Amino acid sequence: MSPSLFEARDIRTAVIGPWDVTLPARTTTVMSGPSGSGKTLLLRCLADLDPHAGSLTLRGADSLDVDGPTWRSRVGFLPSECAWWGDRVGDHFPDHDAAFVTALGFDDDVLSWTVDRLSSGERQRLGLARLLAIGPRVLLLDEPTANLDAGHATSVEQLVKGYVSEDERAALWVSHDPAQWQRVGDRHYEIDADGLVEVGA
Amino acid sequence: MNQTIAITPVDLSLTAVLVVILAGCSWLLRLGIGWQLLIAATRMVVQLLLVGLVLTWVFGIATLWLVMAWGIAMVAIAGYEIYARQSQRLGRRGYAIGSGAMALSSGVVAILMLVVVVQPDPPWSPQYAIPLLGMLLGNTMNGVAIGMERLTTSMRKQKPVIEARLLLGHSFDQAVMQLRREAMNAGLIPTINGMAIAGLVSLPGMMTGQILAGADPMTAVLYQILIWLGIAGGTGFGALAAVVWTTASLSDDRDRLRLDRLHAKAAE
Repeated sequence: MSPSLFEARDIRTAVIGPWDVTLPARTTTVMSGPSGSGKTLLLRCLADLDPHAGSLTLRGADSLDVDGPTWRSRVGFLPSECAWWGDRVGDHFPDHDAAFVTALGFDDDVLSWTVDRLSSGERQRLGLARLLAIGPRVLLLDEPTANLDAGHATSVEQLVKGYVSEDERAALWVSHDPAQWQRVGDRHYEIDADGLVEVGA
Repeated sequence: MNQTIAITPVDLSLTAVLVVILAGCSWLLRLGIGWQLLIAATRMVVQLLLVGLVLTWVFGIATLWLVMAWGIAMVAIAGYEIYARQSQRLGRRGYAIGSGAMALSSGVVAILMLVVVVQPDPPWSPQYAIPLLGMLLGNTMNGVAIGMERLTTSMRKQKPVIEARLLLGHSFDQAVMQLRREAMNAGLIPTINGMAIAGLVSLPGMMTGQILAGADPMTAVLYQILIWLGIAGGTGFGALAAVVWTTASLSDDRDRLRLDRLHAKAAE
């Protein structure tokens, strides 16, 4: 069997795990579980943002073969709240690349907007666009539609599905919404008392 | 040169009456600052008299090892003072950073001034070495303490922003660049302001002391310029070292933000 695009083995910290996560290419895996079960902490470990035990591989190559920033630009984590450091939206996009911004229903000129006029929903959508602009192979999405109305949620779902199917890419999508699991999930992980298990496997 | 007018115990007692009257007023108006004032003034008198006695002894012996031991003790105390003022603690590493930054900046600047600039004979003459090092430490200490405090508190406050940049593939240095710049700025502003008003608003303490002790004003001015430049260099390099080392201590080989190494000072 060929290795999956992304594999995490025995991931654990003082608080979570040990858990295994496998993401095959061109698939979206949804993840659910009660709040406080460690979903966000797991995503932080997978992006190598928190110290952890266990191994991470992308296309067979170990995370320790590259430096932290390179790993994180390939395994992109979108936190549930996106922070902004520059004054204008465009300051956060490499080369002011607007491709994904328009796909999410914004005009090009959103890049010249000041960050402080953004609503929480706009922050969330632009946070996704800013992550996609650096072209990660794996997306780790922490409730990316939590602050969005149905219409914008649909455009985010379609954009991610399209992005993942385009190339050797995969997504892990944390969601509490059963209807969304149906729409976007090719596979489903659940965190419960027994740990991290694949539903229906 | 003029003869220095000797200060008698009577002169000091007259001045001390000021502080006692102030404490009395505080007590009458219930301002609650009287005891603190009296204790601080007493401490100051005792500390300075003791230092005077010890310095007289050190000046008499004036060996290199004694002057070095004195210098190391001063650096260690300054390092502890810096550590004690931090609201966010890095543990033993934090103390090492503070003391290391002081030794590197004030120590190197003091040695440079003694060996290359002032050139007393021998270079470790305690009359020159000890006051020079003390003056440098006293001033650079503030720059280092303020720079470190600013950096650690802003890193804790700005955690989401730093992590947002790390998650977009930025290096740790890129992610904290702005915070580091602000911390350096905060550490250096008092020195920059001090130089800007030097001689206009106030005569610096060292110059005042020299003039009162009978030195010619121009000699006092030249020494004061020397001291200011040394302080500027010392504060700058001290704050720089502290900021760079603190940044490095709060990251690891994977360019993560490691706030778990930072502990809030226990409430007193």
